Amino acid sequence: MLTNYFKTNGMVMGWGLLLLVFFWIVILIILPQIYMFNLSFHPHLPPPEMGGPKDFLTLENYRYLVFGADGNPDGYNKVDLLVFIRTLTAAAFVTILDLFLCYPIAYYLGQSTGGGFVRILVLLLIIPYWINEILRAFAFKIIFGDSGVINEFLMFFSVIDSPIDFIRANVALYAGLGYAYILLMIFPMYNVIESLDRNQIEAARDMGAPWWMIHKRIVIPYAKPGISSGCTMVFMLSAGALAAPQILGGPSSLWFTQLVYQWFNTGGNWPQASAYAIILLLACLVIVLSVMKLFKVNMGDIGK
Amino acid sequence: MSSGVAVDLQDMWIKFGDFVAVRDANVHINGGDFFSFLGGSGCGKTTILRAVSGFLEPADGKILIGGNDMKGKGPNERPTALIFQNLALFPLMKVWENITFSMEVRGASAGERRKRADELLDMIALSDQGDKLPSELSGGQKQRVAIARALCAEPDVLLLDEPLSALDLGLRHHMRTELREIQKRVGITFIYITHDQGEALTMSDNVAVMRTAVIDQIGSGKSVYDDPSTSFVASFVGMNNMFRGKVKSISKGQALVETNRTGNLLARITTGATGKLAVGDDAMVFIRPEGLHIAEKSAKSNTRIKANVRHSEFEGTSYNVFLEGDAGKEMKMSLVNRGEARLYEPGAELTLQFDATQAVVVPAGELASE
Repeated sequence: MLTNYFKTNGMVMGWGLLLLVFFWIVILIILPQIYMFNLSFHPHLPPPEMGGPKDFLTLENYRYLVFGADGNPDGYNKVDLLVFIRTLTAAAFVTILDLFLCYPIAYYLGQSTGGGFVRILVLLLIIPYWINEILRAFAFKIIFGDSGVINEFLMFFSVIDSPIDFIRANVALYAGLGYAYILLMIFPMYNVIESLDRNQIEAARDMGAPWWMIHKRIVIPYAKPGISSGCTMVFMLSAGALAAPQILGGPSSLWFTQLVYQWFNTGGNWPQASAYAIILLLACLVIVLSVMKLFKVNMGDIGK
Repeated sequence: MSSGVAVDLQDMWIKFGDFVAVRDANVHINGGDFFSFLGGSGCGKTTILRAVSGFLEPADGKILIGGNDMKGKGPNERPTALIFQNLALFPLMKVWENITFSMEVRGASAGERRKRADELLDMIALSDQGDKLPSELSGGQKQRVAIARALCAEPDVLLLDEPLSALDLGLRHHMRTELREIQKRVGITFIYITHDQGEALTMSDNVAVMRTAVIDQIGSGKSVYDDPSTSFVASFVGMNNMFRGKVKSISKGQALVETNRTGNLLARITTGATGKLAVGDDAMVFIRPEGLHIAEKSAKSNTRIKANVRHSEFEGTSYNVFLEGDAGKEMKMSLVNRGEARLYEPGAELTLQFDATQAVVVPAGELASE
């Protein structure tokens, strides 16, 4: 296999590519993670004391998330745990929301015979992503604000008397997060659905299957790799989002990544921050893998 | 199982925008018939099938199934089942689930479905294969599963869109026989779409030969072959030698045609061409390769053709002799190998004869492209 690889790419190019991949995976991904992983088991010390007598391996940083600081009267670190759980549930909610929004679009795009309208539709989906994430988040803040377009519109037509606080109700946050990852949900599904033989749908119709059954028995099972790939990405990225929660989150709702950010920056406690980051990563992995197991999706399918 | 439901197309037109895909089709298909639409690619035969199955509506005219007007009825409301060209088996369902999908749609229990699937699997000689996925079956087996799946819905009419075209030659011949047997067993009307005249002639009770958007002739395989209505049918169905000319005289159902290069030829006016030929008209005479023989002394001059041999080949059961034909075209003669036939040297001049009842004449018109 490798000899063939070198034959097609040549020695120089071949080694060059391998080195780049190595650099990408090892230097940029694995090493920092290992560093953080290691750091998370150490106490928070000023740099000169690191590796000194006060430095030892400890689970204190992990314990902190569950039980809080020593002498915590509550017994549990309720604030952080709540944020942790709320972040994961909200990410799951955003994922499901995106799935329901994007499946019809992906199905329409995948089964249409192409043509001008579809190309315009795809363009309309992509172009907003030329604008950076933070600007888009602020745009949502304006849309959902007290004197935003939606409130003004509703009040103009006397549907409501006073503005609805979409920010406090987290509507703006869910909308912003959902919108941020729409493409990551649409395109994997679209890719798979596009290759579905239209005759299968006609055959099912010919046998009397109603539309929901065609989707349940034929399109969705076929699109499963795309659906799981899209859901995985949206879930992981929403759980790990920082900008959107920072800008669109209500005053009372923290996102878990914001805690991590606070420990790194404001708190300057890197070991604690590392522990929180690793917990979030592991929790996401466990959730994704168990959902994949539940729906009988193979890891290999996701790469399709 | 219900049987013998007739299908009628009455003055049916199908259009895509300004494009006329099917022009004024009038077809009566007897209940329980194996009926084929035979035509080249793009002639509109698949369009007709899709109209009968309900995937598209004719622009004008009627489709009757068992005497009932199908206007406005969707594919699932018609007593038809369609077998697609690529079969369209559901790749992620097991074979038995594929077969009984129509029952699943109607809400039948898994036990009921399994039982029916086993019956149908027995019928198509695939017992014990029910738990496989379609991808684990061979081409011929998939074919049979597609048939079983269509029959499971107990349709009155089975529609088949070139289902054998993906198979290799040997299997195709085998499946012809099998399809015909299945049709006889279940006794329902089969409508079969094909571009392969061998399939159409061997399997069908009746054949409709289609030129672009138009049905030229409907009849039994034999009548389409022996008694073509138009020059298109004569040239499309089977090998035929064509001679252009003008009608010189007509008598007793026969016409004497003065050809450009081959002299006067006497030929039978086909049923479909009767009344459409007059003296002086442009006409085409068709003689089958097997209708040509080496001339005997007694042969009349207007059933004789002189031609030079180009080359000849031995095929076992027959000799094929290729001669210089009309207008530079090659003329083919097939001689049954009874021991006396022999290969002829290129360049040799032969005098051939034919039986005027086996040569046919129709008005000059469109020919099937080779």
